[in-house]
Amino acid sequence: MSTANRETPRPAAGRAGIKKELPAHFKDYRHVWVFIELERGQVHPVSFELLGEGRKLADKLQVQLAGVVLGPPGEAVGNAVAEAFAYGADLVYIAEAPLLADYRNEPFTKAMTDLVDTHKPEILLLGATTLGRDLAGSVATTLQTGLTADCTELDVDTDSSLAATRPTFGGSLLCTIYTLNFRPQMATVRPRVMPMPQRTDKPVGRVIRHKLSLAEDEIATKVLGFLPDNQSAKANLAYADVVVAGGLGLGAAENLQLVKNLARAIGAEHGCSRPLVQKSWMPADRQIGQTGKTIRPKLYIAAGISGAVQHRVGVEGADLIVAINTDPNAPIFDFAHLGIVTDAIRFLPALTEAFTRRLSPHSRDKLAS
Amino acid sequence: MPAPDRSLEKPPMHIVICIKQVPDSAQIRVHPVTNTIMRQGVPTIINPYDLFALEEALRLRDAYGGEVTVLTMGPPMAEDALRKALGYGADRAVLLTDRYFAGSDTLATSFALSQAIAKVGETFGTPDLVFTGKQTIDGDTAQVGPGIAKRLGLLQLTYVAKIPSIDLAAGEIKVERRSEGGTQMLKSRLPCLITMLEGTNEIRRGSIHDALCAARSEVLKWSAADAGIEDLTKCGLRGSPTVVKRVFAPPARAEKAALIDTAEKALRDVADELITAIFTRQPALEHELAFNGGA
Repeated sequence: MSTANRETPRPAAGRAGIKKELPAHFKDYRHVWVFIELERGQVHPVSFELLGEGRKLADKLQVQLAGVVLGPPGEAVGNAVAEAFAYGADLVYIAEAPLLADYRNEPFTKAMTDLVDTHKPEILLLGATTLGRDLAGSVATTLQTGLTADCTELDVDTDSSLAATRPTFGGSLLCTIYTLNFRPQMATVRPRVMPMPQRTDKPVGRVIRHKLSLAEDEIATKVLGFLPDNQSAKANLAYADVVVAGGLGLGAAENLQLVKNLARAIGAEHGCSRPLVQKSWMPADRQIGQTGKTIRPKLYIAAGISGAVQHRVGVEGADLIVAINTDPNAPIFDFAHLGIVTDAIRFLPALTEAFTRRLSPHSRDKLAS
Repeated sequence: MPAPDRSLEKPPMHIVICIKQVPDSAQIRVHPVTNTIMRQGVPTIINPYDLFALEEALRLRDAYGGEVTVLTMGPPMAEDALRKALGYGADRAVLLTDRYFAGSDTLATSFALSQAIAKVGETFGTPDLVFTGKQTIDGDTAQVGPGIAKRLGLLQLTYVAKIPSIDLAAGEIKVERRSEGGTQMLKSRLPCLITMLEGTNEIRRGSIHDALCAARSEVLKWSAADAGIEDLTKCGLRGSPTVVKRVFAPPARAEKAALIDTAEKALRDVADELITAIFTRQPALEHELAFNGGA
């Protein structure tokens, strides 16, 4: 993705239209790799989402899908390997070393670039988490190859190259990016952008171990401690089944309480659109959209949100989108499934009350009888 | 009187901060027919994420002494962004501008910026710290910071929320950085590159003195040659492994939202109607909500 001030986007301009032949030393780069993000004993679910996408790419290319697990010796790596196979990997590369216990840029970059140089994948996918983005930038620069961030769609072109689509210009347009003449082709994808694939119990297959040639005293950065987020304060928006969010249409910060009340009544997480974070009405970890969290709930209720493209790309994976907005021409009605043209400030309390009535144990008993 | 022995003294701290001039994305419009960005008349701003890095750089300079050099790559008009940075109190501004940089992707951008930082170091003193914002609001890649670090062989500390201490004599820095699910406390070595997390501070109001200095001071304008870049094949479109093949608007969904009529109805009835519509489309939800809800 271009970061220099490029003028108007021109499709297939200049070099883009020409496909040179891949240099000979890149021709033996094959197979699709997914970085299995293991931190403090847990695999980040985005790794499984990427295995699902990687499987499709590998099948189209008729190559193998490999997981890459980097971590400290012990049970966690073993579990991560088993899960990688359960989510579709054909083989798994492992680098196990005590100095990979906590994420640090130096040893992880070294392990990943060594693995790539040795085993030569054509595609390398990583989650666009804080860890994945930190690692991907270093690995791509070390390998001097292309990296496309925050992809929303991955596909294989007729000439077998990776077509990586991502939002551009602040999320107002989409663009498809290719890495010509360099390997591996690298891309990151944000959590929840891709659906979670089916998990099937499978025996652990082929495992290839890599010995990391790096000693602790060669690493300048030391971990002094880790402070986990307060669980009760932590927003789990990305993986919530039901989400209620508010936008500028709520008019004032105190009206966000109406969103929180509805969320509490139906056991949902609450969030907001970008302008509310910019106004400091809600903390940044509650922001939904391209630069905030991508969500894929079963039900998403958007109150007073107009639905700019950058918000849309963050919520489109929802099974059912309900929009409440006073403006019948708001773009949110173009991608919501159900809409009500009304003032969210007045409607939210009525909806909360109606849900409470409908979901109360008493009415459930009636429903059952 | 003998001159003080300067060989034992650490020279004052030098901080380089990279910023980018971006279109104010809140005001971007897409041409309905050609699907291109209509940039005419769109005001430009300093990438908002960079302001957190700038403030942190200024804060460290004020606390430890030294100088802050602000660097940007872009068209000549990017000078405006540098003037703003000088107005906040930066000591020096360098604009890297050359047609050879046109069409740079993140790899080519990090190459050009790292070369310019090396040149800034040669000219004004080796930087102890290089800052960037977390990412830009137009590209949103978060790749240029790590790219610069790797090319200059600097240690890389991304998503830094706080810098509790710097020990210049020992060349040590302590930071708190955001990681998945918590805050990591790290000790690392100078020189290093830091990408600053948003919301960590608030950009100062520049003083009148700074405003006057900004108006008077010269923005250094460097071409590729001025920055000491010899290998132009690593710059711009030629130096970019990624290529944008297609730019397009997201496809419209075939059907618009089914609107629930509100005319002459009590809000209570509209709410009931909406809930019925939700459960008709997603029958499994009724059970789950009853289970999850506070009822």
